[in-house]
Amino acid sequence: MSAPAGSNRAFHAQLKKYFLWYTCGLLVFVALLWVLERMGLPKIWIGYTFLFATIGLYAGIGIVSRTAEVTEYYVAGRRVPAFFNGMATAADWISAATFIGMAGTLYLQGFDGLAFILGWTGGYCLVALLIAPYLRKFGQFTIPDFLGARYGGNVARGIGIMAAIICSFVYMVAQIYGVGLITTRFTNVDFGYGVFLGLAGVLVCSFLGGMRAVTWTQVAQCIIVVIAYLIPVAWLGMKYAGSPLPQFAYGRVMERLAVREQELMKDPKEIEVRQIFSRRAAAARERIERLPKSYDDGLAAARKAVEDLTAVQAPIPQIRRAERALDRYPESPEVARKTWSAELAANAARAAPLMPHGEPFWSGNPDPVKAQHERNNKRANFLALVFCLMMGTAALPHIMMRYYTTPSVNQARQSVFWSLAFILLVYCSAPALAVLVKYDIYTMIVGKHFSDLPGWISAWSHVDPLLLSVTDVNGDGIVQLSEIRLGQDIVVLATPEIAGLPYVITGLVAAGGLAAALSTADGLLLTISNALSHDLYYKMINGAAPPQRRVTISKLLLLLVAFVAAYVTSLNPGDILQTVALAFSLAAASFLPALVMGVFWKRANRQGAIAGMLAGLATCVYYIATRFPFFQGLLGLNPAHWPPWFGIHPISSGAFGVPVGFIVLVLVSLATRAPDRETIELVDFLRYPNLRSGDSGAN
Amino acid sequence: MTVSDRHRAYWKRTRALTIQLLLIWFCVTFGVTFFARDLMFTLLGWPFSFYMAAQGCLVIYLLLILLYARRLHRLDVEYGMQEVEDE
Repeated sequence: MSAPAGSNRAFHAQLKKYFLWYTCGLLVFVALLWVLERMGLPKIWIGYTFLFATIGLYAGIGIVSRTAEVTEYYVAGRRVPAFFNGMATAADWISAATFIGMAGTLYLQGFDGLAFILGWTGGYCLVALLIAPYLRKFGQFTIPDFLGARYGGNVARGIGIMAAIICSFVYMVAQIYGVGLITTRFTNVDFGYGVFLGLAGVLVCSFLGGMRAVTWTQVAQCIIVVIAYLIPVAWLGMKYAGSPLPQFAYGRVMERLAVREQELMKDPKEIEVRQIFSRRAAAARERIERLPKSYDDGLAAARKAVEDLTAVQAPIPQIRRAERALDRYPESPEVARKTWSAELAANAARAAPLMPHGEPFWSGNPDPVKAQHERNNKRANFLALVFCLMMGTAALPHIMMRYYTTPSVNQARQSVFWSLAFILLVYCSAPALAVLVKYDIYTMIVGKHFSDLPGWISAWSHVDPLLLSVTDVNGDGIVQLSEIRLGQDIVVLATPEIAGLPYVITGLVAAGGLAAALSTADGLLLTISNALSHDLYYKMINGAAPPQRRVTISKLLLLLVAFVAAYVTSLNPGDILQTVALAFSLAAASFLPALVMGVFWKRANRQGAIAGMLAGLATCVYYIATRFPFFQGLLGLNPAHWPPWFGIHPISSGAFGVPVGFIVLVLVSLATRAPDRETIELVDFLRYPNLRSGDSGAN
Repeated sequence: MTVSDRHRAYWKRTRALTIQLLLIWFCVTFGVTFFARDLMFTLLGWPFSFYMAAQGCLVIYLLLILLYARRLHRLDVEYGMQEVEDE
């Protein structure tokens, strides 16, 4: 199946040359646009140029690598060298949310946000040690393939198909959402158009060339992602850490940041603003407690305000404001409870004291016993989240699929190294970026007059007040930290401007975010359509289908899945986004026990695997359905009656699901018959790189 | 070619290496984060527990994977387990 070593080497050398030229071309392109910007090219055109040039590039790669051959379409002909497969995996891995949101999450959560950094990188140890080399040796096409072969029969395969589709679909909607968001922000097109434009970029690639086209596009996207992330970080590093590699030098900035935090904590003006927020929160709480009476009172007061103002012929804007307040008044006491609860939460959050960035599991509770309790709970959740994200990383089908594409087992092992190496370029920079941006805001923005704020603040708050808003709460004309509210995405989006870089770099960051979203969406789309076409159709329904037909069916399903996903995204389901992190727990609990034990424990059998997968999945689904606020609302459960187990947030449901999956798999396997000889031979085939299929025990 | 004693010895060493590296992985990840509040001292200008969670552990992961790939490749050669290239 694999090509001779000599031609592989030539292929590798050729690839290196292509992508080196491509990287140079990209840099020249950016420089050229910069010159044009200096000559007066409007910003919106820079946005358009980046959008269409990059999508055009991906389409070009898609057209060049179009294919209708089965191995090319499903696993890129199994000749992707370790280094390039590493790049493709990194692009597959770094999603829109990671690229744009990760640094912001760290900004907002400080140490506690590092759970994502740890979880999403440490998982690769499991991929390398337990999964990748064995899957490569197995040498088929999908993850359900593995389950079907190792645990004989269609039940295990069927559960695998279902789990792969659930995990990947939710994840994919989030990517397409990211595409829509980026295109809208940088080109002002409507969100719906943005979604379909992005979709075209995804489709042209995966539709024509399957895995082969997706792989080379992902390599190209990886280069854009890394360059777009590192350039602004380097500039900001020069500004504050005195080094273009702040990844190694932001320790000093952290020290200065800690000093500044101490100052701000004691600042009387800050305390004043926080007290205003806590008064607002208290007022909202009081109104909620007095429901439904407070609803009628509030409505009457709002009506009266309009009437009074009209009666005394107050200035028009004043009347308008009162009318608008009446318009926006909740339409029923139930709605009022929701709106006011949200108001209470938002104000209470802003009334909270300042969190020291570097302190683990921080609690601002003045009561030492309660504070200790909160800290322990935060620590437990941190550990549980890290655990779930790591296990999930090693079980997400779109990542595992990539390790089928290397030429050999040894290359698969090396390829995990390159994957993590490229991922670390971004992940090691995010904590540094968060600290640098925080230092900038704490020292350059806080304490300034509202009239002297830098331009990027008003520019971004016009784009979307949820991203950034600064309001003079206590009316002193000076910015206090507590008066700034920012969404996580702003940290990466505004970095080029904070660092004083030209707009062309902002465009490059947008192109990077787009590349991150598209590359991940590509991988997920292939996973879903392959699960349907290869596993469901070819392996379970029509085993006699000729190769040509399989690829055609796969392409049609790909289109269908893409449009369903785009349709779901265009409904703008904000709630779905919250559920993305759940995919990790689901994937971990359903796949990991069966995959790992399938290689490392010969005694694991069909009944055990099926029971383990179902039990793991069911535990997670049950825990999420009864504890996750969104689903509680959907099912009409009262949160008070469904307290979390050990205080663990439902985002980490895998903390229960994975152990349950393992235990059930072991117990049921032991209680039923040992697997047959053929299965044992398959396990040997997986373990020893030099065995060929059917070799062991054949004579 | 069948599964011989040589194969079994190879697998034993592979498994031992896997378990050792997983143990390091586990201690680094969960040890450092569990005791994060007790490890807040400053090392070479860095707050230790923050630095470990932000970058230190990540680099260790990368080294673990590199070590695994190298060692297993050597095991492959030592036991003559390299993959047959012409299928």
